[in-house]
Amino acid sequence: MTRPAGARSVHRRPVARKLRGTRGLVGWLFVAPAFAFYAVFVLRPIALTFQYSLYEWDGIGPSTWVGAANYGRVFTDRDLFESLVNAFQLIVFFSAVPVVLGLAVAATIRRIAASRLALVARTVLFLPQVIPLVAAGIAWSWLLASTGVVNQLLSLVGLGGVTRAWLGDFATALPAVGMIGAWVLLGLCTLLLLAGMSKIDPALYEAARLDGAGPWREFVSITIPSLRQEIAVCVTVTVIAALASFDIVYISTQGGPGNTTMVPGLQIFYLAFADREVGTASALAMVLMILVIACALPIQWFAKDNNR
Amino acid sequence: MARRVRPGRSGVALVIAMGTLTAACAPPGGDSPQPQATSAAPVSEAPTCGTAPVTMTGYFETGFPLPKELTTEFTKQHPNVTWDIREDQFAVLTQNAPRLLADNPPDLMRLPQLSELVKDNLMKNLDGYATAFGWDKWPASQLEQLRLGQGGRPRGEGSLYALGLNMSMTGVFYNKKLAEQIGMSAPPATLAEFDTLLDKAKSAGITPIVQFNGGATGGLAFPLQNLMASYGPSGPINDWIFQKPGATIDTPSNLQAVQHLERWIKAGYFQKDVNAVDYATMMSRFIDGQGLFMFNGDWESGNLDKQMAGNVGFTLMPSAQEGGKLATMSAPLTFGIAAKAKNADCAAYFLNWVATDKRAREIGVEVGGSRPLGPADAYMPEVAQDTVTAGTLAAGADIAADNGAMDFIANATGAIYAKGWTPQLQKLVAGEQTPQELLKTVQADYSGQIEGN
Repeated sequence: MTRPAGARSVHRRPVARKLRGTRGLVGWLFVAPAFAFYAVFVLRPIALTFQYSLYEWDGIGPSTWVGAANYGRVFTDRDLFESLVNAFQLIVFFSAVPVVLGLAVAATIRRIAASRLALVARTVLFLPQVIPLVAAGIAWSWLLASTGVVNQLLSLVGLGGVTRAWLGDFATALPAVGMIGAWVLLGLCTLLLLAGMSKIDPALYEAARLDGAGPWREFVSITIPSLRQEIAVCVTVTVIAALASFDIVYISTQGGPGNTTMVPGLQIFYLAFADREVGTASALAMVLMILVIACALPIQWFAKDNNR
Repeated sequence: MARRVRPGRSGVALVIAMGTLTAACAPPGGDSPQPQATSAAPVSEAPTCGTAPVTMTGYFETGFPLPKELTTEFTKQHPNVTWDIREDQFAVLTQNAPRLLADNPPDLMRLPQLSELVKDNLMKNLDGYATAFGWDKWPASQLEQLRLGQGGRPRGEGSLYALGLNMSMTGVFYNKKLAEQIGMSAPPATLAEFDTLLDKAKSAGITPIVQFNGGATGGLAFPLQNLMASYGPSGPINDWIFQKPGATIDTPSNLQAVQHLERWIKAGYFQKDVNAVDYATMMSRFIDGQGLFMFNGDWESGNLDKQMAGNVGFTLMPSAQEGGKLATMSAPLTFGIAAKAKNADCAAYFLNWVATDKRAREIGVEVGGSRPLGPADAYMPEVAQDTVTAGTLAAGADIAADNGAMDFIANATGAIYAKGWTPQLQKLVAGEQTPQELLKTVQADYSGQIEGN
């Protein structure tokens, strides 16, 4: 903006400033209702959680200032630290499996897009997203029980030797929980990717085909690059779901056996409401929040950068 | 032209907003006036519920019909008293207890572990009522677990902060048909005999013990504590549970008990999937006849008498030595009065009525399946001899004779079950923990939790 010069500017400037002021005020007024909700229900709890994380407090009685000691405990207490490690292992199941499988499924559905089968497949795959996670957790804990359908099927095909209580075995509990998460999130990823695919210009495929590209080449050179943004959204949502997982674990294993499926979300809940260590719970919650942001931001940045 | 808010200004706005949000930044817990410790208010004569209409608020546990049956009968006898009762699962109740007692205190509440509630001055001191109603003349063992020292520690002595609706009793239930199949004519008299029976069952293709140990519920704590009391005296175990200074769970006799449990696990006496079995699954398996023994408590007596009529027996865990003293977990079904309860007198009168009224004691046995509290010579309702309820009530007398009542090792601190016993016992099952290390780890957790408080 060029600076108006001379007397004119002297005459006009206060008016401009005034106008700008009221416009700013009106802007803030429009933002105010939403901001008030955001402040009360998001910012305030975060600020209070941060404050609690600096105290030792049982939720009722007087509290003691302990500074950063609670944060020290998050990284030195083996149980707390292992829950963070478990959350990162869950990313494999909650993110990698649904995104990779989702890509394959979406590509397949797209090929048969015209048939009625595509609609059925879409509906069936998206169904888990509609079912409450608690119901999914209960259903899966039946399926995975020692006498459940999974073991019955395994016995049927002669694999009776590997049957076990999948959720009660130290080696398989975490992958089993992860598979429940993958099942839930696969539908979401498929649908997102499918929507993204429908936006790709068919001319690109035609051109590729004229150049002699096969289906695989088309998929790698056209579909995947065009879906970068959708893939980024899928990965962000599923990584957050993995790190902040609670419901599925709470319903299916409650963190057992022997803490093998303990995740930070569950640990925070136990610390705050069973052990009544509100300070440590808050510190772990803050660490988890920062971890989620630290994981989600680079993915966002990656997607944006490529869009330019 | 899109107008951009300069970052400086929005930053200032954010700071102001955050500032007002955390207004004053007072330390948490300091904003509301702290409840003061209630000393025993001297009660000149035994209080009553009066004659004016009164609505009592109660917070009970879902799935246990006894308290509601009692309050219904109470209203029948005292028409001026009505009840406003809220129910929750025990886990929910445990998590809500402190906040609820502080913000919205009920007159009568089913209580979890008492220490922390007393520490925060949330419970009414019942010493005054105890003198007025004569509770202090009941057998001391009935009230021992409900007595706490200043600040909630140690337990087992000091002022009375709660009362039981009855005294539950734990031990070993057995399926009579399966017992016959392996030639078990009488319950085992020694631990060695018990081992022989388990082995016979195993060879006969019968699951020797159905137990739960899945998720967040380390149910092997039942057989473990029974084994501890088989190998050693119950006194030191109680001292540990009551947080007496210097008490430890890592003792030679307890080590023998954990080693014995490990032998049972390795011999395949529990189901292979025990780490995935929850309480409800265990119950349905036992009722379904899928196992010979089950370590559980008499809160299931009525249920088992109904579902497996005539087919279920009860015995106390035998001692390792022939003729040795018997001990088992036996705890009051704890109910207390909030420090800020509106109708504390009426609640205390109700608790006294539960222990002394003839009909109330009958309901206690019929519905609750456990021995009512009260004076040693109080009226005991008749129970049909072939029921398991009769068995558990008789066991109560045996335990009283040997002074062998213990609280649960899971109740030693608020977190010891979830953080210590449950994961450690699950690891023992999976072969990922040794008996020595199990006791060391639990003891370390226990010490840490007590210091942390």
